[in-house]
Amino acid sequence: MTDLAPPSERPRRLALPRPLILGGTILLLSIAVATFPTVFAPYEPDAFDYNALLQGPSMAHPMGTDNFGRDVLSRVIHAYTIDMQIAIFATIFPFFFGTIIGALVGYAGGIAETLFGRVVDAVITFPFLVLVIAIVSVLGPGLVNMYIAIGVVGWVFYARITAAEIKVQKRLDYADAGRAMGYTHMRIIFRHLLPNAITPAVVYWMTDMALAILLGSSLGYLGLGAQPPAAEWGVQIADGKNFMATAWWISVFPGVAIVLTGLGFSLTGDGLAELLRTKR
Amino acid sequence: MSGPKTTEPVLDVRNLTATFGDGELTAVNDVSFTVGSGEVLGLVGESGSGKSVTLRSIIRLVPASGDVSGEVRWQGQNILAMRDAELRGVRGGQISMIFQEPMSALNPVLPVFTQIEENLKAHTDLDGNGRRARARELMDMVGIPDAARRLKEFPHQFSGGMRQRVMIAIALASNPRLLLADEPTTALDVTIQDQILKLILDLRDELSMSVVLVTHDLGVVAATCDRMAVMYAGRIVETGTVSEVFAQPNHAYTRGLLGSVPHAGTERSRLLSIDGTPPPLDRIPPGCAFNPRCEFATDACRATVPPLQDLSPGRSVACFNRDSVVAAGSPV
Repeated sequence: MTDLAPPSERPRRLALPRPLILGGTILLLSIAVATFPTVFAPYEPDAFDYNALLQGPSMAHPMGTDNFGRDVLSRVIHAYTIDMQIAIFATIFPFFFGTIIGALVGYAGGIAETLFGRVVDAVITFPFLVLVIAIVSVLGPGLVNMYIAIGVVGWVFYARITAAEIKVQKRLDYADAGRAMGYTHMRIIFRHLLPNAITPAVVYWMTDMALAILLGSSLGYLGLGAQPPAAEWGVQIADGKNFMATAWWISVFPGVAIVLTGLGFSLTGDGLAELLRTKR
Repeated sequence: MSGPKTTEPVLDVRNLTATFGDGELTAVNDVSFTVGSGEVLGLVGESGSGKSVTLRSIIRLVPASGDVSGEVRWQGQNILAMRDAELRGVRGGQISMIFQEPMSALNPVLPVFTQIEENLKAHTDLDGNGRRARARELMDMVGIPDAARRLKEFPHQFSGGMRQRVMIAIALASNPRLLLADEPTTALDVTIQDQILKLILDLRDELSMSVVLVTHDLGVVAATCDRMAVMYAGRIVETGTVSEVFAQPNHAYTRGLLGSVPHAGTERSRLLSIDGTPPPLDRIPPGCAFNPRCEFATDACRATVPPLQDLSPGRSVACFNRDSVVAAGSPV
């Protein structure tokens, strides 16, 4: 039988993009591990075992032990809690603040846009990492200061993406229609334009969470982010760097965790981009 | 076609002028017209004649670079001098607008109900249940079957004609007194065009509202309008009731427009066309803007702009050689 039903009558096929399924699975698992690390970890993250120093992967310690005899697997698992927090807290403020600013700037245009353009220029002139390290070294090391440093710089990218998209949307007929119906500017921006303009920012957000984990562990590695003995991937990699030749597993497994989580965010971003593409 | 119901104008546009880019380009030049209660006025002209800008200027819906002057009298107030908050009350509440492209004029990510509800939230005190009931009523009114289900759907799930009906439902949600229609049928199939025009006329009668209809299609004007104003290069060149103007155009441009429309039921004859194209806004010729394309043009036409002169109440023309145009006879 041929399918002659109009589009609206056809049952909606639940066809999630494949990257979204894969990325989403990785992220859901990561979140589960981050939320209940004790369920997954065989040992306490900072339980010293002086009888098992620098041991390679084995049945008792699947990822080996470090120079204090701490179980690397348990530390990698407990690090999920901190690193997933970094992914979310380092990006959520830039996402909301940047999107709102970008929407306002893109809609207003004129002087606001020119001024904003200068701010963007100033920020992107410096390498992101250098700027963040500079701010952290002023504020002092630690996770909260790291969030602040990333937030101060990171919102600019969201604002730029959203402003560009709003500038396109505000010229379309439905924006004029909203004005013709007497809606307020705020209502037009946030109720009508932003839902049409937010997809690129959401997709970037996913990528940015991967970047935030990378940045967070870089700062941890440099001693500016999470502080030892906290279990955090960057800190762990730094812990193992003196033993790279003899006990590679101390640094490599946290690195694998970073790559895997980053992949999860990136795939989710790709999948979302496909899913949220506006239907016309 | 029913005639105007009263002669008292609801909308009185006086000396409306719209300029862009610091006054360099004049899209609408000293345009005056009135719209009576329950009347359908057609604004006719080619692309670039300023008819759409005129329509948008009525509710100040022009880009930020535009400047609108003159006077738009609406219920004792000048819309052009209103504060923003007052203007928002008029827009959508008392004067509504529908657009040429029903797809792009609807928000693609909001369900139809939400879009109708937005208007009701802005202009009425209805509660959630009231808005729901009103939305269903509007869907019935504009002829969309199965309202309860279709309200949940998104614009892309509607066909072109149905989208224009949705647009009309949104525009009429708060019972406006005047509907501004910017080429509402241009993007639609001919059969759907008729349905939408008939719907607009029916709603005009039902809701006793007035309509200003912008179009380049004289067939649409003949089928729907009570009166018409012909625009060329930003100015009105001729006004009158549709039957007056069609029977005896007094302006060479109107005559040319009418002559370029095929007519059924008459003897076959060559279609006339107007040579050339309308002038770009930055190169409007001196004198009558139509003179380079006009077969009746004289030296006077090239020297001064002909004023719009009243022939009788509601009938006016801006042409120095209207006698020769009339003598040349109707092109139909």
